[in-house]
Amino acid sequence: MSVQAPKRRNQVVFPSESEYRGQLNRRRRKASAFQFFCLAMLSVAVLALATLLYTIVNDSFGLVAIVNENDPRDIVAGLGYDPEATSLQDVSYDELVALLETTVSSGVGRRLEREQRFYEDRLVFEDDGIWAEICASDAPPTGCTSAPRDDSNVFALVQERVVVPDVIASNQLIPSLLDQDAFVQEVVAAFEADRFPDYTIDQVTMEWRAWFNPTFLFTPQNSTPEVAGIRTAILGSAWLVLITILFAVPVGVGAAIYLVEYAKPSRLNDFLQTNINNLAGVPSIIYGMLGLAIFVRVFEPFTSGAIFTDGVPPSDNGRTIVAAGLTLGLLTLPVVIISSQEALKAVPDSLRHAGLALGATRWQTVRSQVLPVALSGILTGTILAVARAIGETAPLILVGAATFITTDPTGPFSKFTALPIQIFQWTSFPQQEFHNIAAAASVALLLLLLTLNAVAVILRNRYSRRAE
Amino acid sequence: MTNETSTESRIDDVIEQGMTTEPQGPSRPVPETVGPPGVIETKSMNVYYGDFLAVADVSLNFGRNQISALIGPSGCGKSTVLRSLNRMNDLVPTARTEGEVHYHGENIYADGVDPVEVRRTIGMVFQKPNPFPKSIFDNIAWGAKINGFRGSKAELEGLVQEALEGAALWDEVKDKLAESGYSLSGGQQQRLCIARAIATKPDVILMDEPCSALDPIATLRIEELMLELKENYSIIIVTHNMQQAARVSDKTAFFNVKLDESGMRTGRLVEYSPTDQLFTSPTEKDTEDYITGRFG
Repeated sequence: MSVQAPKRRNQVVFPSESEYRGQLNRRRRKASAFQFFCLAMLSVAVLALATLLYTIVNDSFGLVAIVNENDPRDIVAGLGYDPEATSLQDVSYDELVALLETTVSSGVGRRLEREQRFYEDRLVFEDDGIWAEICASDAPPTGCTSAPRDDSNVFALVQERVVVPDVIASNQLIPSLLDQDAFVQEVVAAFEADRFPDYTIDQVTMEWRAWFNPTFLFTPQNSTPEVAGIRTAILGSAWLVLITILFAVPVGVGAAIYLVEYAKPSRLNDFLQTNINNLAGVPSIIYGMLGLAIFVRVFEPFTSGAIFTDGVPPSDNGRTIVAAGLTLGLLTLPVVIISSQEALKAVPDSLRHAGLALGATRWQTVRSQVLPVALSGILTGTILAVARAIGETAPLILVGAATFITTDPTGPFSKFTALPIQIFQWTSFPQQEFHNIAAAASVALLLLLLTLNAVAVILRNRYSRRAE
Repeated sequence: MTNETSTESRIDDVIEQGMTTEPQGPSRPVPETVGPPGVIETKSMNVYYGDFLAVADVSLNFGRNQISALIGPSGCGKSTVLRSLNRMNDLVPTARTEGEVHYHGENIYADGVDPVEVRRTIGMVFQKPNPFPKSIFDNIAWGAKINGFRGSKAELEGLVQEALEGAALWDEVKDKLAESGYSLSGGQQQRLCIARAIATKPDVILMDEPCSALDPIATLRIEELMLELKENYSIIIVTHNMQQAARVSDKTAFFNVKLDESGMRTGRLVEYSPTDQLFTSPTEKDTEDYITGRFG
């Protein structure tokens, strides 16, 4: 009956059957082209990440040509152990100190002891009288106050002072795997060209070296790449994270709660919101300048710790962990505020109304009903923001992270270095070995970030399950 | 009901009448309210959202231990009136209430009245069931705790049981009090919300379309529950469902939208009378049109 009419209308407004078929094919082609484009973009992203990982891992492991001044096996044998069964690392603390005592000059020994002593109750290199005298002087060395050295510290000293390894050439992981001979020939050619006049080719041993290894993680910084580690930097970064969290989380979450739960819409609020959003995009180096001007200079009595002690500040100036941690905290703050706001806004209003309708105050409702639901979102956002801050380098350079520091940070008012600073410094040296340890430190930094992200995921799953 | 007109002609009627109203002065007489002494009384209440007058000149007297229903087409302001009765409208930043709302003779909009206190005695159940993302037990115990419940653990358990029994939910959930409130069905969740509301021992319970998200069986259970609750509480309910109003309520207020001179769509109270009377012999033509389905 009325079937005819719509068909006629279709012919006017819509294409004919054959036209439509052709159109459909074109649309299909477009759709698959778009899908392919997205896949290609994904591949580019994956490729970039893979290249990044490849570069880092490639430099962190590989073959090295090494010359030890004293072969660790000989040293172990000299101590009366079987070098096949015992490595230098298994030797006891006392024996290592004794080894140092017989090997290093008394001048170097005294210097090491003044830096950090070996035993709480006795001195190894220094004379008791002189020690008492220098510790009573106006500028006592760090050894007078700091805790004695530990196993890993002394092992590193033995490596540095007794074994004295010298990596004369190092090869990357993939070339080492593919063509070992090429590297050997390269070393031989270097000797033939007389590039290493101090050594003979017989002294050289070829070995596989993982630049990223447990010793590397637990050894303090050193100017010799073979024995340098990142313990100082890891501790510095840990302190920074702690202070960043202590500052950014209460302030950020508090501000977000006010903005979402209490503030009535007004021009001032819009202005604040816009500024917070903009602050999240301010380059980190500008935060560094701010930190230098405010925390390092203006707040120097606080950040150097001077106001907490009578007269003698724990640090010479404001370039301390606290100043850097607060700077990173400021840098993180806008992101923490924004992600907390988003998490709070995602909590349905019906929950707030339910709470308020029972005669709860706004704070009771927020505290017991809204925050628990928003918590996983707040935590995830915060951890990701903090993970971002760990990798920040520019602000730390400006607020004055020390690039070379061998002693562990002792508290929030000590000088410090951090992982990205260490990587930055090592990368700027020309020697290949420094590039190797920079890559190894990058592996450590990436692992740290992965751990933090995993924590974020676990917390999110845990709390979002609880909220259901 | 009595109107046997076809769909087309009914639509025509609506188009003819539209939402425009016959010129009627603002001083239209509102039928006198009679009945037992009221628990909440509004006096010439106007509610604005910003400059927009949402509902104007509402004077109502809600009876003690009665179920009072507010009905009317969408946008007539019945929910707005309901939320004004326990100051939930304060949560809308632009909302402003003029006139007075008396609860036991006290104006709840007077200076110095804390909305927290008002909401504790005038509880509320919402359109969509909104249990807290907590256990069934905590859903009910929380309201007591935040209101300073000092009893022992056993007394708290007693209170929870009492509230769940009051909401006719106890038998269904007594073995799973530690489970999440979200694990319940929609109707059970709504009864949980009612239990939560009565656990704080309110005097009045406001219900904002409590059954609109429920199936007919769950709706019936809630309606039965309301009739039981009326023994101890005064209930004011907003509903879109006229049959529901007819089934449960003692008195019904009909609201309608009126266009004023500047084109603002303002809700006004048209008629407030005992439910039987309103549905069988309404005094106003608008009411009759609405309940016979001629528009709305």
